[in-house]
Amino acid sequence: MKAILFLASVVVILITAGMVYSLMSGAIPVFKEFGLKFIVSSEWNPTEGREAYGALPFITGTLLTSLIAIILCFPLAFSTSLFIGEYYRGTKMASLTGTMVDMLAGIPSIVYGLWGFYVLRPLIVELGWSAQGFSIFTAGVVLAIMIIPYATSITTEIIKMVSNDLKEAAYSLGATRREVIFSVIVPNARSGIFTSYILAFGRALGETMAVTMLIGNSNIIPKGIFDSGNTMASVIANQFGEADGLKLSALVAIALLLFVITGIINGIGKLIIKKYSV
Amino acid sequence: MENPALRSRIMKDRLFAGGVFLMSMVTISPIVLIIYKLVSKGYRQINFDFFSKKAPDTYEAMVAVNSGEVIPGGILNGITGTLFMVLIASLMAIPIGLLIGIFLYDQKTKRYAGLVRDIVDILQGVPSIVLGLIAYFWVVKNITNGFSALAGSTALAIMMLPLIIRSTEETLKMIPDSIREAGFALGVPYHKILLRVLIPSGFSGLATGILLAISRIIGETAPLMLTALGSMEVNFNMTKPTSAVPLLIWDFYNDPNMVDLIWSSSLFLMMVVLLLNLVSKQLIAKRS
Repeated sequence: MKAILFLASVVVILITAGMVYSLMSGAIPVFKEFGLKFIVSSEWNPTEGREAYGALPFITGTLLTSLIAIILCFPLAFSTSLFIGEYYRGTKMASLTGTMVDMLAGIPSIVYGLWGFYVLRPLIVELGWSAQGFSIFTAGVVLAIMIIPYATSITTEIIKMVSNDLKEAAYSLGATRREVIFSVIVPNARSGIFTSYILAFGRALGETMAVTMLIGNSNIIPKGIFDSGNTMASVIANQFGEADGLKLSALVAIALLLFVITGIINGIGKLIIKKYSV
Repeated sequence: MENPALRSRIMKDRLFAGGVFLMSMVTISPIVLIIYKLVSKGYRQINFDFFSKKAPDTYEAMVAVNSGEVIPGGILNGITGTLFMVLIASLMAIPIGLLIGIFLYDQKTKRYAGLVRDIVDILQGVPSIVLGLIAYFWVVKNITNGFSALAGSTALAIMMLPLIIRSTEETLKMIPDSIREAGFALGVPYHKILLRVLIPSGFSGLATGILLAISRIIGETAPLMLTALGSMEVNFNMTKPTSAVPLLIWDFYNDPNMVDLIWSSSLFLMMVVLLLNLVSKQLIAKRS
């Protein structure tokens, strides 16, 4: 029995090692051709004979959309965590709100994409922010909604964990609730809250469908947040169909970069959690 | 209350509370708006045909749209494809996931288990599109020599694996050690303790983990685009391209004649996911 269990654990290591191996060997041709220029070059040209592949536009797009998402997500998710874990703690109102936020996590990415396309995009056109409505910003807004449940659930747990003694001590000194939140709860829960946003950021980096449907899919570095662009995940999704040879290798290399970046971000998050819980 | 400093502190407090309330309402508004949009635009299309007929071709849809009728046909090929691929993925991921979860629980403090746990965490963070690409290289290129249900299931199985491992470990951790030790004291062999004691007493927790894992993969589109591709026929052949509900939504979205079908299909997909979540929540509630 012990041997079977051990063997099973080897399977997960093999899968992960195999993934790294496949990504690396798939990415070799493009790195051989362009070297590290692949990461810093912004030229993406699949025309035969003049092929040039640079991942910079997509790295920029990924970071920008995720950053917008996290900035928009923070005030919303943090308020909601306070609402559920502090202001209305234990009430029906809080559990209803919690359920609704959890439901956000259950909506498939493609449905977010449709909603963004048919509801949010016309709104952005109406406001005159972007002519077609396809932009880094549009994708970022939808991403923000998508990561709210992840940021909210961890932050709420951490806020609830802050000991009552500390809060009551502050109240007895005459502190208002806002003062208790900012001078007792936030300092105590700081690293946990930070971690939950790092993990939410990690989720935003890899989102594909909703982003693909809203970002406009242009392979140049966006000049502003209302410009169209492409992310690492979305370029794989919408260029994969016609890819082979060097182009396929370039897409695999982008997948490898995405794998490494999300791995690092999640690793940082897990490290902070470990330090925090000891 | 004549003290102006105190007054301003109280004012700030109230303003902040108001802000928190307002922001929370903004946070929950998207779910209401999305459900409203799906129901109001999609309910008309949901009827018996929707579940019993396969997707129409563009021409049929165009004729119906032009004459102002409801688009004929349904999403049967998507429903069967999703069921088929989720089933194969579950057959691959559940046994291994349970075993690894038990392994991690059993070896709690060992160094090697820590390594496995870290690797499971890495796996859980891998974006689904990357898993799709991997399944493309492993299965589409090398095993089925073409887009296939098996490739789609492989991508989905790798997604499910870390979720099942973690939930299994967490569930087993919550079972009191004394139950296990009682078994040992009676001289019961280890595998019997696992099969007869630990797994039955953690059953609802294990089932919850599996249901949540399924609800997470059932709406996945991106990895299936690279692996299962999609098909207009009902297909139960592992080595052939297969459709799935999210893939059909993507096809409908890209076809101006069929675009009306996206709402009903999305409504259906979302209902299934929410139902799975609800059932697993019930299981959790029953357990505690």
